[in-house]
Amino acid sequence: MTIKDKTCIVGVGQTEFGHRGQFAHKSQSVQIGEALEEALEESGLDRTEIDGFSSFSMDSNDPSLLAPSLGIPNVNYAGMVFGGGGGGGCAAIANASAAILAGYAKVVMVYKIITQPPNMRFGASYGRAARSDPRSDFHRPFGLMAPGQFFSLFFRRHMHQYGTKTTHLAEVAVAQRFHATRNPRALMKTPLTIEDHQNSRIIADPFRLFDYCQENDGGAVILVTSAERAKTLKQRPVYIMATAQGGAASWGQGLTSQNAPDDIYPSSGHRHMAPRLYAMAGIEPKDVDVAELYDHFSGMVILQLEDYGLCKIGEGGSFVENGGIKWPDGNLPVNTHGGNLSEVYLLGMTHMVEAVRQLRGTSTSQVEDAEIALVTSGPSNLPSSSMLLRR
Amino acid sequence: MARETISNPTPYMPADLAELAPDGVTQPYWDHCNQGELRIQRCKACGTFRHPPLPGCPDCGARDDEWVRSEGKGRVFSFSGVYHPVLPNVAEYVPYNVVLVQLADAGGVRIISNLLGVALGDIEIGMPVELVWERVSPDVNLPRFRPAGG
Repeated sequence: MTIKDKTCIVGVGQTEFGHRGQFAHKSQSVQIGEALEEALEESGLDRTEIDGFSSFSMDSNDPSLLAPSLGIPNVNYAGMVFGGGGGGGCAAIANASAAILAGYAKVVMVYKIITQPPNMRFGASYGRAARSDPRSDFHRPFGLMAPGQFFSLFFRRHMHQYGTKTTHLAEVAVAQRFHATRNPRALMKTPLTIEDHQNSRIIADPFRLFDYCQENDGGAVILVTSAERAKTLKQRPVYIMATAQGGAASWGQGLTSQNAPDDIYPSSGHRHMAPRLYAMAGIEPKDVDVAELYDHFSGMVILQLEDYGLCKIGEGGSFVENGGIKWPDGNLPVNTHGGNLSEVYLLGMTHMVEAVRQLRGTSTSQVEDAEIALVTSGPSNLPSSSMLLRR
Repeated sequence: MARETISNPTPYMPADLAELAPDGVTQPYWDHCNQGELRIQRCKACGTFRHPPLPGCPDCGARDDEWVRSEGKGRVFSFSGVYHPVLPNVAEYVPYNVVLVQLADAGGVRIISNLLGVALGDIEIGMPVELVWERVSPDVNLPRFRPAGG
């Protein structure tokens, strides 16, 4: 037995998108409440039907406070995915789905909110672990302490092995910026060219400014329920075909240890999950109509295209060339909302929301007749996650 | 890419980044470093090297280990040039390099380190490197590398 097609996403809601620290004065639970209102309104569900809570990335909004704050009478399921960053997004959907199928809960709200503290940037997080973490002793003393620096090592190796170029990074940034210019809610809407990218300053070689995601405040709520219940709600149901979470132990802490085996080193760490995902859904990579791939860094989009079989290993660079992931005429439109790079960085919640919009036919860069969407969550140390949705 | 000067600061990175917090699993590694020996953890049962240290063998699960001395020769497996300082204390150190060195005699494990005495634009994947110790405090001796065989 699997979860295939037995549960649906029936409502999505987002907060306002803020710049780093913009909502620091605002309670996170108030923002979750705002996103929930939107999700309830469009779904047709009543708040009292919600009885499950699922989140990730060490979310601090405990259901013991959240449920009474939001007028939700029963907490029949509450689950949290291990890990920081954005790796657990699709896994939080997976857990919601499993809880519903197991009979623990009837409607689960998947939520995640991020407020960036004004005095501490995410990029410095691994550097401030001094005298607290035996694992960071193996990288911090050498100045390796920011996510972009770690990922730049993967991508540099990929360039060496496969001939990938920084203009391929530019293709990702440019395509996503184009999508953002069509999305009224996106925060970065100034058109971007390959030349603009190539002329931007280097942050951690080979990554430049426009290879980096934004830093934002805000969040989203996604409502999951049974396929049966979904049939009588307001929106066209979006079926959860398959989910995968975890990774291979040989990847393990592959980001921060930099010791994944040679063959999977220049990857996103998702390569072991992809076959499980497609097998559960009973489809092949060629059946994917649109992909929302987690983009903390442009280069990781290229590596995920390979790991999910959307192109051959080592050919991610040529796949994105000449607008290869740009809507509407690319090989495969990717991050049609603009992604973390150009729409907003809310730990990948908006990638899931965008996939739902594509399958409802309401994206601002709508892929014609989109039936199946792939969504991934942040490549990092294990666990990460991904899912396939269909209309 | 501009070629920066090769007159590196000493130590290469600020000493306060190297205030270590070892636990029982990682302490032997740093003790060996402090004695000027690069020793990599190896499973006693199946002989598989592992790094950074772990309490058990990822390959066979055995818990007995030994610390095998490496000559410290290897090749650059990947590298980055860091231009943006993420913390104030590295502002005067940028741009600096971070290299991933694959050791020749330790089952392919890789050490995160820095390459001394080389301009950023001259670092290449595959270049041979050798260990050089840099003492950053009375308690901490760090394995760094320099170009070898040239």
